[in-house]
Amino acid sequence: MLLNQFLMLGAVLFCIGVYGVIVRKNAVLVLMSIELILNSVNINLLAFSLRNGSPDGHTFALYVIAVAAAEVGVGLAMVLLMYRNRRSVGLDDLSEMKG
Amino acid sequence: MLASDVLVAQNVGFAIIAAIMVIGALRVVTTKNVVHAALWLVVVLAGAAAQYILLAAEFLAVTQVMVYIGAVMVLFLFGTMLTRAQIGAEKNLNNKNAIIGLPIAVLLLATMLIALNDGFKAEKLPADTPLVTTQQVSDQIFGIYLLPFWALSFVLLAAAIGAIVLARRD
Repeated sequence: MLLNQFLMLGAVLFCIGVYGVIVRKNAVLVLMSIELILNSVNINLLAFSLRNGSPDGHTFALYVIAVAAAEVGVGLAMVLLMYRNRRSVGLDDLSEMKG
Repeated sequence: MLASDVLVAQNVGFAIIAAIMVIGALRVVTTKNVVHAALWLVVVLAGAAAQYILLAAEFLAVTQVMVYIGAVMVLFLFGTMLTRAQIGAEKNLNNKNAIIGLPIAVLLLATMLIALNDGFKAEKLPADTPLVTTQQVSDQIFGIYLLPFWALSFVLLAAAIGAIVLARRD
């Protein structure tokens, strides 16, 4: 197995995630795209961990998974609050900062 | 590189799983139905777990299945259910200025692929080094990375309390 095949898979997933974050309006779908990005980072970490024979990448990947779980919990709570206050989860509607 | 070097079982497995993951990820960001996006995300996350097994990280793969597919997906489906009346397809899931998304993603992908191709041309993953065991990982977490582990515990606690406070009706 080549190292690059995993890194390129990670790069493709990362860019698809970035595309989703930019294009989507629905806040839940933006959170899903962020999950895609975090997963691609994990694939990279594990590929380098196998290449270097060191357990550091596994440790960081575990921490990334834990932080992602916390992020989804808080993020969805915020989406819920947003829906309760304005009956919509469109990120375009959050435009109070616009002059 | 010879064809017999490429067509080993791991590479075939990798190619199949990678293709499924990329299709699933594209469907996540293009589908018109939020529930379908969540279900396609399950495909991508399960594929990532399979890739972790190919990368000899079986503990991470099990963690991925339990945390992502088990917990995070349930949260996403709950979020979808609680924030919308209709479950079917919708028209305006995309931004007003969604047109800039594609060039940015393509440019970013091109940059990354060129950089990776330059950096690690045909470097092979070592096939004979001792694999990382779960025991080593736990030695790391409860050894030199103990302080980040504590910090992470507080992050999770704060996130749980924060989510309850935010979502509570009073």
